[in-house]
Amino acid sequence: MAYSVSFNLNPIVDSELGGLGSDDTAQDHLMIQHRTESAPEGGIGSPDTQGIELLVKECKDFLDDQTSDVREQADERGLQNSESVQTRLLVRNRWSATTLKVLSSMPSRSIGWQSRLEKVSRCTVHNSQLSRYRRQTPGSSLSTRPIVHRNEDVSEEETKTKELINNLQKLSTAGRFRILRSTPLSLSEKSELRKLAFSDKVGQSLSSEVPYWRKIKRASRHSFFTILSFFSSLRFGRVQLKRIGGRFGTSVLFYFLFLRTLLFFNIFLSLINGLFLVLPQAIYPPLKNTPSRFSGLELLTGTGFLSDSVMFYGYYTNSTINSCGPAAKVRSEDATPHSACGSASETQMIAYNIPLAYSFSTVIAFFITSIALVYSLSKSFGRSVQVLSSHGNLASKIFCSWDFKVSKKTSVRIQSENISTQLKELLLAVNCKRGNGASRWRLTGIAVYPLAWSACLGSTFFFAFGIHVFAEYLHLNKKPEDSWASEAYLLTLPSVVSCGNLFLPGLFNLLSWFENYRLPSVRLYVAIFRNLLLKVSILGVLCYHWLGKVAVQSEGHGPQCWETIVGQELYRFLLMDFIFTVLYTVFGVFLWRMFSQRVLRRKRKPVFDIAWNVLELIYGQTLTWLGVLFCPLLPTVQIIKLLVLFHLKGNSVLMNCQASKKPWRSSHMSTVFIFLLCIPSFLGATAFVIYTAWTIKPSSGCGPFRNLPVMLHSGEQWAHELTKVNPKLAWLNWVYNNVVENPFFLLLVSLVFLMVSYVHAHVLDGQKRIMTLLQEQIENEGKDMKFLITKLQAIHEGEPPLSQSRSAIRGNEVPNQHDTCGL
Amino acid sequence: MFYNPYIVFFSCNHPSSTFFPLSRLFYRYRDLAPQLVPLDYTGQPDVRLPYELIGSMPELKDNPFRQRIAEVFSEDGEGNMTLDDFLDMFSVLSEMAPRDLKAYYAFKIYDFNNDDFLCKSDLEKTLNKLTRNELTEEEVRMVCDKVIDEADLDNDGRLSLEDFQHMIVRAPDFLSTFHIRI
Repeated sequence: MAYSVSFNLNPIVDSELGGLGSDDTAQDHLMIQHRTESAPEGGIGSPDTQGIELLVKECKDFLDDQTSDVREQADERGLQNSESVQTRLLVRNRWSATTLKVLSSMPSRSIGWQSRLEKVSRCTVHNSQLSRYRRQTPGSSLSTRPIVHRNEDVSEEETKTKELINNLQKLSTAGRFRILRSTPLSLSEKSELRKLAFSDKVGQSLSSEVPYWRKIKRASRHSFFTILSFFSSLRFGRVQLKRIGGRFGTSVLFYFLFLRTLLFFNIFLSLINGLFLVLPQAIYPPLKNTPSRFSGLELLTGTGFLSDSVMFYGYYTNSTINSCGPAAKVRSEDATPHSACGSASETQMIAYNIPLAYSFSTVIAFFITSIALVYSLSKSFGRSVQVLSSHGNLASKIFCSWDFKVSKKTSVRIQSENISTQLKELLLAVNCKRGNGASRWRLTGIAVYPLAWSACLGSTFFFAFGIHVFAEYLHLNKKPEDSWASEAYLLTLPSVVSCGNLFLPGLFNLLSWFENYRLPSVRLYVAIFRNLLLKVSILGVLCYHWLGKVAVQSEGHGPQCWETIVGQELYRFLLMDFIFTVLYTVFGVFLWRMFSQRVLRRKRKPVFDIAWNVLELIYGQTLTWLGVLFCPLLPTVQIIKLLVLFHLKGNSVLMNCQASKKPWRSSHMSTVFIFLLCIPSFLGATAFVIYTAWTIKPSSGCGPFRNLPVMLHSGEQWAHELTKVNPKLAWLNWVYNNVVENPFFLLLVSLVFLMVSYVHAHVLDGQKRIMTLLQEQIENEGKDMKFLITKLQAIHEGEPPLSQSRSAIRGNEVPNQHDTCGL
Repeated sequence: MFYNPYIVFFSCNHPSSTFFPLSRLFYRYRDLAPQLVPLDYTGQPDVRLPYELIGSMPELKDNPFRQRIAEVFSEDGEGNMTLDDFLDMFSVLSEMAPRDLKAYYAFKIYDFNNDDFLCKSDLEKTLNKLTRNELTEEEVRMVCDKVIDEADLDNDGRLSLEDFQHMIVRAPDFLSTFHIRI
């Protein structure tokens, strides 16, 4: 360029001018002939205009050439006299040189790499997440753009870098890493900055000035990341997840990630149960009364030799195991703590109180699971909540809906088709203004909805009632225990329930296909609701049956262990569910695919029904949580089941299914499903366990709580024993009596909890309001800018045009840069 | 932290600069051209893999934006990536990168003419790549107009980074879709 260095026109203005050629709006003639040689008479008198005139003199010939080129190339359609004056003035290609000058000198549009450094240094100063990219300027870019560094700019750059380094050095090491990690610089730039930022620490060992607690924190974080990287390198099912994600995208992947989350929950549960409950009891088994027999069916029914094993509640003793070093002896009933060891070396005794371990492990497992669930729910909810209004649908559909994980060619094609279909539908909706919507609704018939809903609810009700009757019948007509048929008899109820779980949702799907809901999300919610209602009613009926009938009535039938019976029932339910799911996955899906391709002649493979499958997972997990109290090894069974399901479903999906055409809002759906895992599933299981532990009398013939009125009294008993042994711990007794058992304390705790949530809800509400206000402010700023631009233009339009200088300079050719935005 | 001696160099220089375990990425990079990439990076060799190799990776092969992704993350702007660029790319595209960082790079990717604004032509190109040219010109124009209407807050007729980030805040799925598994 033949212009002086102080020329401040940045590429933005170039592209603005350059974009004129591609704009649809017309321009009659540009106002460039207005020069500010006569500006002071214009009456603005502001310092801006007076400063501008100097700059404009230098650039007028450049602009002249640009505008003349543009005028030659611009379309003549668009704005004419019919448009309002303001709109005419707002057309960018009609802006005068001074307007453009003012705009380009705005602080938010200043150029250069140093502004990016400014931003980084400002964020280290403020050290907050929000302000980090607030002033991200349009001129700052990665080094993909060739940047012309002028002499003055280099020194400015250096000062900015120094400022940034100073700011970074004020922070702690962790803070520096954190800031560097989240800034959008390339790795090489980051490492240079890092070297500079840590130059003050060169020669010093980093550990000398760091306090010990920070060292511990750093060491723990280090080891955590080592473990994490080790696990991520052999991350469970990584290859499978990648293949599924590549073929189907985020939607189907969600099912497998959910499965993996449940797996971790169960691993935790079984670890706690295994370490503190199963292992001690397995090492020191109680004296057995009845001989056990073995036949293959026991694994399915949980009876026979399994019923007298660590599997079920009935096996566990109700006393303390005492082991004295290598020679361990255990007394099963009514053992006193001091009688087990031969010689009087009581100091070597390791007393392990089984009932206490049982109740504590259950309580702690449930408590930690609840904390983990609430944490994951809050995280997922925080990610999915849609801040402010959702009228930005189209823009987010274009920029945020492309799933980068999808890598298979056909799936990429399907994804493109999905997006174009959705865009076309959106355009139609915008154009037709819902003229079609009402007629489409009427076409399907209003009568279909009540019919379908009554059919679904009726079938759910009748199924639940049928289960109730059948369970009663089975309970009252028990066959003699030794026959093979009675074992198989026990499997009928679980099989019936699993069949219902498989076929009734299919019926619901059929009915919703008739109903033909317009929005796919409504259809999904309806399906989830119906399915959930079915499972909740089944489980409700079963729980009523177990707690209301089995637990209460078994006392009259002789020495039996109702807890073991309930545990066995739950084990059978889980196993039958597993077997039916395996059969369906292996045979059902495959057969359906064959059927739909050969008989129905459909070109597309069936679609993986995510909602149904996730609800099945939640159902299985509910059964596990219900059964933990009665069958401590049930989480282990669930682990095996989940592992097999992961691989089986993964292979089935890859073989038989195809990517869905429907959109799937993954973060919203994940929140919904985690919420369903928390509230009906986990909360229901916890309510069941608490009701059992607090109200129902444990059976007197077996189990660790056999002589107590209710299971929770084991804690009280332990407190009493402690005070007997060690009078100093009497306060524990007092604590137990007045704090744990006292309803007033629980009331207080729940009140505090409610208050905290109330305060949080109000804080969130206030933040939302601030965000709305800030958005309004942004819009007002935009309006202000429009206003100022029109004022500037109006003032300059009022000046007489200059023709002489323009024609003299028209001959100069300047390299044409206006293609940047036009391509 | 890493037991591979060749990666010790990296851990000295980039211990916390990425969100991802480095050794697996290094082997993926090397697998693209084993004869070009040495195992020993202590001498900081200047090795640059051409775009064709990067674009042939199975994760990127069918992605319509692969060229832009490579251009944005490469030093020379042409798509030829050094190991640093490669690590950068997968670090930003990993699960753990923060939303703001992803939004910044997504903006860069969709900015085809590198003018730090998403103008109409950028939008048109993005749309055509998304839909594989299935929409008519009229539809493309309508969609672009509507997008600019919706998202342009400072009313300059094109989307700046702030507009883009403001829109990203309202799209909670962005974090899960702007993610490549490796």
